[in-house]
Formats: sequence, structure tokens, C-alpha cells
Amino acid sequence: MTGITITGLAHAIGAAPILSDISLDLPAGRITALIGPNGAGKSTLLRLIARLEPLQKGRIIINGLDLVQTPSARLALEMAFLGQHMASGTRLRLRELVAFGRWPHCKGRPGPADQAAITQALADFDLAALEHRFLDELSGGQAQRGHLAMTFAQQTPWVLLDEPLNNLDIAHARGLMAHLARARDAGRSVVVVLHDLNHAAAWADHVVAMKAGRVIAAGSPAQVITGPALSALYETDVQVAHHAGRPLVLHHL
Amino acid sequence: MADIAPPRARIASPLTLRLAGLAGLLLALAALWLLQGLGGGNWSFILGLRAQKLTALVTIGASVGVATVLFQTVSGNRILTPSIMGFDALYGLMQVLLVAGLGIVGFAQLPASAKFLTETALMAGVALLLFGTLLRGGARDVARTILTGVILGVLFRAGQGLVSRTLDPNDFAVVQSATFANFGRPRGEVLGIGMMATFAACTAAIWLSPRLDVMALGREKAVTLGLNWGRMVLGVLALVAVLVAVSTALVGPLAFLGLIVAGLAHAAVGRLPGGARHGALLPAAALIGPVLLIGGQWLFERLLGAQATLSVVIEFAGGMMFLALLLKGKIR
Repeated sequence: MTGITITGLAHAIGAAPILSDISLDLPAGRITALIGPNGAGKSTLLRLIARLEPLQKGRIIINGLDLVQTPSARLALEMAFLGQHMASGTRLRLRELVAFGRWPHCKGRPGPADQAAITQALADFDLAALEHRFLDELSGGQAQRGHLAMTFAQQTPWVLLDEPLNNLDIAHARGLMAHLARARDAGRSVVVVLHDLNHAAAWADHVVAMKAGRVIAAGSPAQVITGPALSALYETDVQVAHHAGRPLVLHHL
Repeated sequence: MADIAPPRARIASPLTLRLAGLAGLLLALAALWLLQGLGGGNWSFILGLRAQKLTALVTIGASVGVATVLFQTVSGNRILTPSIMGFDALYGLMQVLLVAGLGIVGFAQLPASAKFLTETALMAGVALLLFGTLLRGGARDVARTILTGVILGVLFRAGQGLVSRTLDPNDFAVVQSATFANFGRPRGEVLGIGMMATFAACTAAIWLSPRLDVMALGREKAVTLGLNWGRMVLGVLALVAVLVAVSTALVGPLAFLGLIVAGLAHAAVGRLPGGARHGALLPAAALIGPVLLIGGQWLFERLLGAQATLSVVIEFAGGMMFLALLLKGKIR
């Protein structure tokens, strides 16, 4: 059974409810975009799926594996997560960082297949020329691509990304979305928190709109990304035009 | 050029050479320590004394160095040491509690190794409880971690002071002698068990080193890669507790030695290919600690004739280094 199934999920930090009563199916083999205003609980939902926070209430099943009962090492073969804060304590070269993506497979002893995956991931993110640089000698966007390369080097069926477009210029932002599309075409599944609605409209297959800890709408971009729906979601007037058969969000006018 | 170079595996890497160099330096210093000025007279007696002290210095240096590197990894922070976080104060507190609980006679009757094991076990338990809770969710907030450690250190020292005041003066003298570091007179009675404990803990740390590398990426990445973060935190803290117990039992509290050793270890191998890995950092720290102590003690004891000065100088230099790191704000 593939896909991520979330049932009855609720999460609170102290007395403040962050997520309430979320039941959601995330389809396999698709790019799913999580959208919504600040504080909607998108990142928390993604972190709960990535087992970074303890599950307080509800159930998450990923590709038939119950999140709570499955050993973490097994889950690391099923999904890879990249968060917003990437600072690491050690001085690593870029290639060393990406090599850590192979840890779930090789436990620190990379073989030829692992080296090939590392080289491929570096090439995919346009980093081959930088592989011997230290991380602190890279720009923010280059480092971000390095962390993305590490996440993809893990070669998991599911990839969870929290605002991966941060720090990326327009060329690399488009490059990343195109890479997600290639990964999907190769049969992988992607869940991505996006603030840029046009990237969601142009590239996602499935859009989940969240607000105040609840799922407001879920469906195809054409269903979810409409003027009235977005205006209500963000509580500001948003117009939606169309371009090349996809919604085009005019939120900046 | 690259095509005609011999395969990399055949030639020693810069990292191996650097570690071998450190090992050579340690051996040379050990030989100097043992053999310098060893004329006629009762040389076998002198050699025995010197060898015992050498063993103690090596044990202390290695345990402090490895403990600091481990603690810096688990706390995700390069300016912290177990001592700054109050680990050795905790050991002092355990010692006083043991004297207060058993009385001086009971305390003296315990064999040294049993005493050491009890203190270490108590300390490991409390350390896991306190620091495990603190670091379990990942050290998100460095300032909070440091502050908590400093407060805990003050608490332990105050607790030690409080219990000491309730002791009778004879008991107090026993405790007092254990609270100042003096490399001139390491306490020999725990040397055997301390050496074994250090060896076991260092072996375990080396065995864990691939997992420590993952841990150094931070909690978020480590969990994503499938590391059992909570269990690793507890395991590493237990090793740190054992190592700190050894060095504190042998010479007493050393606030800043670990900071110097870990800093030098990073400087020595950190920038070489593969040198940021714990498989390189831990051996480097375990070699640099003894080099520093033997070299320093030889200088002060044999050349300057000042047995007890080394700890003061080390603490002073380490304190300055701590301030410099804090002010520079670069290493987090």
C-alpha cells in the first residue's frame, strides 16, 4: 500500500493548538504542495510526518508503515526530509555532506553504488564543480542546493521539503521544481511546503490548503487555486488568471 | 598528473600521517619523561614512580580530550566542555554525599575501586537525568544550554559546600584534598580502574564514531537519516560521565583543559580530508591531551621546579581561550 494516510491528527504546543483534527491522504507518485498563510501548521504537519516531533494524537501511516511502530532506521529508507534550518556544527566539504544522504543505506561505509548516487545528486543540483568546497565557503543558495542534493541522495520513495525555494534564485528555483517533476516521473512522491503560489500552481499535481491548523481544501491545482478560495484562505484579495492551462496567481498587484 | 599518481589507498593520507605524527610526539615525550636524567642510583625505583605518573597523565589527558569532543558533539556546540556544564562539580557533590552518608570510616573502608564505581554510577545517573532531558530535543538554543549548565554547576558546587559544612572537620579534610587539581600527585589508588574505564569508554566512542558523525549534523538531519537520537544522547552522556569521573578522581576538577584539547584536535586534523570525522577527531584528542599534560608537567616539574603550577597555567590559558571563543562568537 503506497501513499501517506493521516487520521485524526492533532498537535498542541503547551496550551496552544497547532493542528486540530487533520485527516488527509497524500497520494503516491505525485507532487503535493502544502500552501496556506503563516502559522497555518504546514511545517508542523511535515515535521510530524518526518517523525521530528512526537505524535500526540492521531495516526500517520506511510507506505503501509505505522510511523510510531516502525524503527527510525527503516523509515529513513522510506522518506527523506529537509527543513528550513540547515546549520550544522561540523566543518564539512560539500561532497561529505551529500555523502551523509547515503547513511541509511551504507551506515558510513559507502560502496561504489553509494559513490555513484552521491556524484549523481551533486550533478543534478549543479554542484559538481563545488564538491570539494567547505560548506561555509558557499553562498546561501549553493548551500541550500547542497542540502537538497543530500536529501535526494537518500533515494527514498518519499521526499518531504519545507520551503525548499528559500535562498534560490529564479533559475535554480525553476530547476528544483523541474527536478521534483523528474523525480515524480521516475515514480517518487514529493510533499513540499511552498509559499510561492505560482510554483505550486505550475508544478504541483495535488494541493493541500491549510489555515489555523486545519485542512481547508485539497485537490488538483485547478480546484484549489481559484480567486475566491485563495482570497478566503489568505484573507486578502487575490485574483487568479490562467496561463498555458495552469492557474496564474496575481497576488502582488 | 592525476592519472599517473599511484592509487590513493597505497600511500598514507595526510590524515594518517598527522595522527602518526601526534602518536610519535607522544612516544617521544613519554621516553623523555621516563629516561631524562636517569643516572645511577636506584633507577628501577625512580622508573617505577615515573611510569605510574606517566600512566596517570596519559589516562587523564585522553579521558578529558575524548569527553570534551563527545560532549561538544552531543550539545552541537564547540565552546562547551563537560566541566563548564558542571559535570565535575557533580562528581564532587557525589563524593561529599558519599562521605556524609557512609561517614569517614565507612568511606575509608570502601576499596578505592568500589568507591570510584559507586561515584561514577551515581554521577552517570544524575547526568543522564539532567542533561538527557536538556539535550533530548536537540540543543536548539545554545544560550539556554550554556546558562542551564552554568546554573547546574553552581547548584552542584553549592550543594557540595552545604553538605561539606555539615561534616566534621576530619571528614572535611578528606573531601577538601579531592577538590584541587594537582598533576604532581595524581591519586594512584584509582589509577588501575580509571585506566580500564578510560580504555573501555574510548573504545566505545571510536566504535560509535560513524554515528557520532551523523549526530554532529544536528538532531533534524540525524533523525531523518534514521539515527535513534534519544538513545544516542543518553549513550554519549553516559560515556562522558565515566570519562569525567576518571579524570576528576585522578586529579580533581579541570575546567578548561578539555576546551584546549578539543580546540587543538580540530586545528590539527579538522581541515584535512576526512578529518572532521570522529574516527579522526577522537584519536587526535586522545593523543593531544596526554602530549599537553606530559609536555607541560615535564616543563614545570623538571625544568622550572614547580610541581603544582601546571593546572593553574592550563586553566589560565583555557580560560583565555574560552573568552576568546565567546567574544569571537564564530564557533557555535
